[in-house]
Amino acid sequence: MHGLLSILIWLPIAAGVLVLLLGERNIAAGRWVSLLAALATLVLSIPLLTGFQTGTAAMQFPESVVWIERFKAYYALGVDGISLPLIVLTAFITIPVIIAAWTVITVRPAQYFAAFLIMEGLMIGVFSATDALLFYFFWEAMLIPMFLIIGIWGGPRRVYATIKFFLYTFLGSVFMLAALIYMYVKAGDYSIASFQALPLTLSEQRWIFIAFLLAFAVKVPMWPVHTWLPDAHVEAPTGGSVILAAIMLKMGGYGFLRFSLPIAPDASRELDLLIISLSLIAVVYIGFVALVQQDMKKLIAYSSIAHMGFVTLGAFIVYEIVRNTGAVQGAGMGMDGAMVQMISHGLVSGALFLCVGVLYDRVHSRQIADYGGVINTMPIFAAFMVLFALANTGLPGTSGFVGEFLVIIASFKASFWYSLLAATTLVLGAAYTLWLVKRVIFGPVGNSHVAELTDLNGREFVVLAALALAVLWLGVYPAPLLKIMQPSIHHLVDQAIATKIPL
Amino acid sequence: MSDTILTWQSLSPAIPEMYLVAAICAILLIDVFAGEGRRGLTSTLTLLALVVGAALTVEYARVPQPTVLFDGMYIADDLGYVLKLTGFLFVAVGLLYSRSYLEDRGILRGEYYVLALTALLGIFVLVSANSLLTVYLGVELLALSVYALVAFDRDSGISAESAMKYFVLGALASGALLYGMSMIYGLTGTLDLQELATRLHSPSSLGVTIGLVFIVVAVAFKLGAVPFHMWLPDVYQGAPTSVTLFIGTVPKIAYFALTLRLLAHGLGGTVAEWSQMLSVLAVLTLVVGNVVAIVQTNLKRMLAYSTIANVGFIVLGFVAGTPDGYTAALYYTLVYILVVLGSFGVILLASRKGFEADELDHYKGLYKRDPLLALAMMMLMFSTAGVPPFVGFWAKLRIFQALWETGHFWLVVIAAGMSVIGAFYYLRVIKLMYFDAPESGVPNALQSMGVRVALGINAAAVLILGVLPGPLLDLCGRLIH
Repeated sequence: MHGLLSILIWLPIAAGVLVLLLGERNIAAGRWVSLLAALATLVLSIPLLTGFQTGTAAMQFPESVVWIERFKAYYALGVDGISLPLIVLTAFITIPVIIAAWTVITVRPAQYFAAFLIMEGLMIGVFSATDALLFYFFWEAMLIPMFLIIGIWGGPRRVYATIKFFLYTFLGSVFMLAALIYMYVKAGDYSIASFQALPLTLSEQRWIFIAFLLAFAVKVPMWPVHTWLPDAHVEAPTGGSVILAAIMLKMGGYGFLRFSLPIAPDASRELDLLIISLSLIAVVYIGFVALVQQDMKKLIAYSSIAHMGFVTLGAFIVYEIVRNTGAVQGAGMGMDGAMVQMISHGLVSGALFLCVGVLYDRVHSRQIADYGGVINTMPIFAAFMVLFALANTGLPGTSGFVGEFLVIIASFKASFWYSLLAATTLVLGAAYTLWLVKRVIFGPVGNSHVAELTDLNGREFVVLAALALAVLWLGVYPAPLLKIMQPSIHHLVDQAIATKIPL
Repeated sequence: MSDTILTWQSLSPAIPEMYLVAAICAILLIDVFAGEGRRGLTSTLTLLALVVGAALTVEYARVPQPTVLFDGMYIADDLGYVLKLTGFLFVAVGLLYSRSYLEDRGILRGEYYVLALTALLGIFVLVSANSLLTVYLGVELLALSVYALVAFDRDSGISAESAMKYFVLGALASGALLYGMSMIYGLTGTLDLQELATRLHSPSSLGVTIGLVFIVVAVAFKLGAVPFHMWLPDVYQGAPTSVTLFIGTVPKIAYFALTLRLLAHGLGGTVAEWSQMLSVLAVLTLVVGNVVAIVQTNLKRMLAYSTIANVGFIVLGFVAGTPDGYTAALYYTLVYILVVLGSFGVILLASRKGFEADELDHYKGLYKRDPLLALAMMMLMFSTAGVPPFVGFWAKLRIFQALWETGHFWLVVIAAGMSVIGAFYYLRVIKLMYFDAPESGVPNALQSMGVRVALGINAAAVLILGVLPGPLLDLCGRLIH
């Protein structure tokens, strides 16, 4: 179907504008419009999956219209095995966000739904743009709805958190823009493919790599530029946290795979130890930080940073594998793991934030100490929460296992010590997640609030059940996902280990 | 010269100026005879005159190739044509926004409109200048009209004070300009800018360089570049808001043209010298403008520092010293004027009789009181911050591109860093409007439908030009190349 990607981008945005126009007075209609638009987007992403040719790394469903003739910038879209899963994830995650907000959001609900629909379109735009200028356009435009979401519907310190969020990401992005323009001046157009083919000297690559690193490291977020994330997560409304954790963090990982590695492969090779050490710090140190958190959302936020450490580790371990074993064989395993980890983390962290949202809507507290023995009053909820917590620790049979396992194997190939440090997450992750579950879910009923809790309503049940199915399905049978992404990953490995330095 | 005999036909490129002189005289007379009770008439007539002027410009002033008139004093080209049209448009929109503000403060007088039109005439003269004399004529006509406008609210002490500051410092700058021009004239023997371009070559003599320094100082003063910016915050804050809107918008076209015609074209041979001077100015301007804007509590003053910061970007376009850089500067100027027009339009709408909405705190919770006004202001602020999908993004992108093409690595880094600092105070305005609770005692904004529609179109233009930036970018490129 031609123009499918455009529909996926503009349908939610148009629906968002429609909801805005309907206004707060027609919120009942606005809710249904939002839900239908989100469902339609997911349904329309199915032909993308079924029509996708596995076995090739080429961009599929291509669209290209001249956008700005003067800059040779095109409104060019396409998907490959790296972007497709992320697009489907985006289309999927928006639905629980909208359902979860159905009656919970009482302040300016129409704008809330509109903001998330517009975000959805922009995020799909980021993943499907094959023109760097278009990519940047969506990438930055996305900040506006998120800024408003945290600022309007957030918690008590929302203003601080949202300005911090905006400025951190803006700072990173501006330097990426400078790098993109630099390459445009050299290459003559803005297509990502021609950036990837552009020969660059090592020192040029270094600067470009650093500019990209600023943008993507903030987004991932990597230690030490992660500090905006816990603030943003804690203050954001439930839906904002879900989108932030499930999709926006993935943009950093996606950026490394789409830009840093293929555009600056020599600099990536040279600076791989920097990324690997930052990733390992994220995995180990942030794991300990997560352990001491008193606030549920903050704990999950720190756990997100640690899990995203696996993504960057998996993406860059390829250089160490090639360096230490001399073989290209199996070097892509780390990247496979990184991709699966991104999808899995999107589902699991999204689900965990929704679980916290369920509790918060009832008790209006995120403090772990305010809970205890939730299982006594909310058995069904407790079952879901335990499942997602186990997925977060990487239990086999859940999606969390596949990604972590692949990355740990890959790092073992590179060096025993990397894998040893990476594997500490199995202990730390289990420790902070299970301890959270123990304190919140199990034990005797903690206080009168918990005693008055009512179990999930139908709406919440549907949302969590859908996520649970996805987590289990990906854990038991990840083969279709791997099949979709593998040709693209292999192509990416070839690009990443080739050299671009002009002779 | 063979074309010294003037015929009506040969004068047609200068129709906008001639028409404007006639219109000014007519409006002045009509205003005298209309009497005290019918001030609205002058306002309506002026708007009408501007529309007719734009129509006449489209009809007659378009020239197939650059045409020199009046013994080489005046040049008509596509750039002048487009800038004059935008001048008509922006002045008309500005006056439309201002009318009820002036009425509320009892300064809705015919002279206000006449002064605005003479300022516009000065802008036109400057835009079409082809000789040092014409440049000076335009600069002075514009400046004198604006000094009077700043002092227009004669009962206001702060307005008078800022007009005084503006006048004294402005006179100093005019002196510097004249002095620099006289040195250049003395050393080259010509006032004609095109002739000058052929006679000046790098490396230039010491005399030319000294003359150049004076000219650059004057240009920097007019633009408001640091360290010649001292007048700007005081004047922006002290002048009646409608005048601030005027100063902040249309004269920027003229000062762009001044820099282009005088430095880039006339003194183009010394580009190596002046682009170095400008690069120092640009860096200082970016840093001071952005950093000082952060601590402002008065919105007009904050926008003044934001102007300084944006001037830094415009100057960066000239630093590149290439046609591409000038294109970027032109694009930035036009985009910037569009956004400032809207921002001050919001202030004018929010200000009511006996109430100046110029403190940042007056905008607390504006969203609750007036969602559409807040939405317009938010779009304008995001645009100035340079966030897509708004047009301000492309303006910054264009400047970065020009700087990369000329290899100005550090300028790109500094400009990028400064635009992040700049984003902070624009975000603060949005924060006040959207995240804070409204303050009591702030009157509702003006409900006049016409002005609101105009402001809506203004804000929508910022979005539409941001999503489809191609046509305006092309236009700017064609005008310079």
